[in-house]
Formats: sequence, structure tokens, C-alpha cells
Amino acid sequence: MAMDLKEIEALIKEALPDAVVEIQDLAGDGNHYSATVTSAKFSGKSTIEQHKMVYNSLKGKMGNELHALAIKTKE
Amino acid sequence: MDQKIKDLIDGKISDSEICLFMKGTPDAPQCGFSMAVSNMLKILEVDFKGINVLEDQSLRDGIKEFSDWPTIPQLYIKKKFMGGCDIVKEMYENGQLQKVLEDQQIKFKK
Repeated sequence: MAMDLKEIEALIKEALPDAVVEIQDLAGDGNHYSATVTSAKFSGKSTIEQHKMVYNSLKGKMGNELHALAIKTKE
Repeated sequence: MDQKIKDLIDGKISDSEICLFMKGTPDAPQCGFSMAVSNMLKILEVDFKGINVLEDQSLRDGIKEFSDWPTIPQLYIKKKFMGGCDIVKEMYENGQLQKVLEDQQIKFKK
């Protein structure tokens, strides 16, 4: 089970169209990524809520097809 | 969600001030993210309870639904969900985690 970097980016942008998304494949195995997501939609939200918005954009893939995605959110 | 699992989780986060739902145990973590959070708590020398979700599939699924959070580890302090590895790490680095412990009057190494 693995996911393509572009697929992750596309899903996040679909949910957060204004987002600037930077993704790194940490281990080069298509399974461990880190993403920095910058979006105005995070404004006024707690970090937990911001991360949930990113998780939700991935439509249940997190924890399944996608094993590891370290998230950092910025307003 | 299943009431039995909900009660089980409620019981665990009520019994221990600091609960870490993790893969493996604090002494033998089985995932790097679980190890990272466990190590931060160890460095802070706080008394915490590690709960190995790998021992119970219904707990492993249940905690995700309970917290509405798709990944493990998950940290609870005084029944409040703090977040997963990324958030706890950020809080540890910027001192927010220490502030929460202080506000909750939980002993830790300063």
C-alpha cells in the first residue's frame, strides 16, 4: 500500500483550494511523507482542528493506504 | 460507536492523568511516532500510562473514532485529547506542552 505524492497534494488542494502544499517523501518508499500546508482556511482554528481538516481532505486514506504523513499547518 | 469500547476508553482516560494510546509499550514501542511521543514524556519525567492498541483491535479502531483522529499515537491529558505525534512534538518544542502540565498541576521535570 502506497500513495503517490501528487495524489496527496491533489486531495488536499481539492478540499483547501487556496492551500500551498509542500510534500516530501521522507523515506523514498511512497509510504512516509511529510506535508506542510498553508491555508487561510486555518485561521481561527486550533491545531487539532487544522490537522483534522487535512486528514479529512484525504478521505479516509490516512491510516490505510497512507501509513505516515507528518503534518505541519500554517495560516 | 460500540458502548463497551467507549466505556473502556472513558475508563482508561479517567484512571490515568496522562494516557498515551500507542503502538507497543513505552519500553518497547513498535512505531517511530509512538516512540517519539513516549520519549518526550520520558524526558519530561511525567508519570504516564502507555496503552498498547496492538493488543486489542477493537481498541485500536475505537480510539480513532472516539477522538475523531485517524492515527496512533494519541495523547490524553486529564481526559482532554492533545493530538498526535506532530502536534505533541510541536507543543513540546514551543513549551505549550509544559504549560499544559503546569496548568493541570502535573509534576514534570523542568
